[in-house]
Amino acid sequence: MDALDLPVGLVAFVKRDCPTCETVAPVLVRLAAEVGITVYSQDDVSFPQGTDPVDDTALDFSFHHGIEIVPTLLEVGESGVLRRLEGWQREEWRVFTGVADIGAELPDWRPGCGSLSVDPMHEPELRRRHSGSKLHARRIEIASAEDEMEAIFARGITDGLPVVPPTEARVAAMLEGTERAPDEVVAIVPPDLAPVSVEKVAINAVMAGCRPEYLPVVLAAVEAICTDEFNMHGVLATTMPVAPVFVVGGPIAARIGMNGGPNVFGQGNRANSTIGRAVQLVVRNIGGGRPGEVDRATFGQPGKLSFCFTEGEDSPWEPLAESLGATPGADTVTAFCGEAPRSVVDQLARDPDALVATYAACLRTMHHPKLAVGFDAMLAIGPEHGRVFRAAGWDRARLLEELSAASMIPGTELMRGADGMAEGFPIPAAQAGELQLPKIRPGGLHIVYCGGGAGLFAAIIGGWLSGDAGSVPVVREIRP
Amino acid sequence: MSNDRSFLDPRNEAVPIERPRAAKLAGLRGRKVGLLDISKPRGNIFLGRLEERLREEGAEVLRYRKPTFAKVAPVDLRHEIAVQCDAVVEALAD
Repeated sequence: MDALDLPVGLVAFVKRDCPTCETVAPVLVRLAAEVGITVYSQDDVSFPQGTDPVDDTALDFSFHHGIEIVPTLLEVGESGVLRRLEGWQREEWRVFTGVADIGAELPDWRPGCGSLSVDPMHEPELRRRHSGSKLHARRIEIASAEDEMEAIFARGITDGLPVVPPTEARVAAMLEGTERAPDEVVAIVPPDLAPVSVEKVAINAVMAGCRPEYLPVVLAAVEAICTDEFNMHGVLATTMPVAPVFVVGGPIAARIGMNGGPNVFGQGNRANSTIGRAVQLVVRNIGGGRPGEVDRATFGQPGKLSFCFTEGEDSPWEPLAESLGATPGADTVTAFCGEAPRSVVDQLARDPDALVATYAACLRTMHHPKLAVGFDAMLAIGPEHGRVFRAAGWDRARLLEELSAASMIPGTELMRGADGMAEGFPIPAAQAGELQLPKIRPGGLHIVYCGGGAGLFAAIIGGWLSGDAGSVPVVREIRP
Repeated sequence: MSNDRSFLDPRNEAVPIERPRAAKLAGLRGRKVGLLDISKPRGNIFLGRLEERLREEGAEVLRYRKPTFAKVAPVDLRHEIAVQCDAVVEALAD
């Protein structure tokens, strides 16, 4: 017999701190005397007096047998629980127990109270205890005199901000956010090329401050960056100020409360702020990617803490992931290697051609006005600019086509030394007149629609080395 | 309910295998030295000068090149260098 098996016969679960349990206490005393009943008490081993209650203040019996309401009356047979009854209902208790006249002095009916085993104060810890064997990570013990947060900082496992301590209970709760097994390998994380399990991602997601329902997004984001196409090793190791930028698409974005509206790249939204952070912690703690070591960024940028957002719901265009080949309506994460966003102001343009001219001129300065082709970019268009394209009936293809045409740069402006700047392309003067190059290679500009409803603005998120030699945006479908 | 003062380790728990470093060459004469160009601008100029100096010392020089500086060297290239050379110089530039 398992230590948590119940005795055969009648069983009740109660707590003193429940008025209905107090009400039915005399009935339980009578049942104990006349037909026999085993009573498990959740909060007071002397309650109800006269029933010789079993101590379940640790709540293990209650949790194991799925008690959600007290009082719960059970009939237990050799094979386990046969029937259950919740709360007080006089007629049903009489039928259930076979004692025809019990509770005559009580009201007909009283609802029960919540079981302590489903109380949010206790449930995560119980879940941990009863699923403890699922978690394989090494335990790090904190001395009683040690400050928990300082102990975590001291181990070098944070990004410089405090993290939520990843206790077993919190990690077990986090793992409830996915159907994937804790020991499933999600990806091989650069630069150390270390395999990362769902459990290890969950630990880092707890630290980042994620809610369990964000975990599938974090898992997909980790998969996306740990591909040869995205090239996380290079993105980390480069001296340039770039980081993975995550765009979450599909119904999940709204379901988990992501922000694609006002202050879209800023602070204040838990999902936006913690999903990207969780991925960065995975790169640090699993991949071993730390600043000053393999991370050789000259400046870095604040988005290396977390750069994650979703698109606005009233977009004139299909979502970014769809434009990159994702199934329409699917939940997705798109990883793009980008620098910090910079603002594009145009408060006077009222037609799409004028906006395109502005975008092209601003994109021209990305990294250097005399560097072309080598860097992709993301262009975020706010609602007040977006409505100009909607009114003109420009789809994504038309916008990209017009932008591409407006972004051609004459060789005379790109050649080294031109305009007094040493930087530029090694174009012989004789050929400079005939040559022109696009600022961004075909297919390298990615449009997203997001931001607050007020402001005639766009934003540019400059990219890094494009194509096979650098980083290519990667879309991953989010699975439960 | 719990006074648990432990947390789960967020780090990779695999223990790396430590390999001893290759023994330092006693001299360069007759030795094969690989020069790996990582494809950064002007890396070839730096390595060209290094090649001249190594040849003066009597070394045989073999040149290699990574397809892109932004990614780690492909495994086949690493293997090729390992079987063909006694020593290798990996050159940064810019």
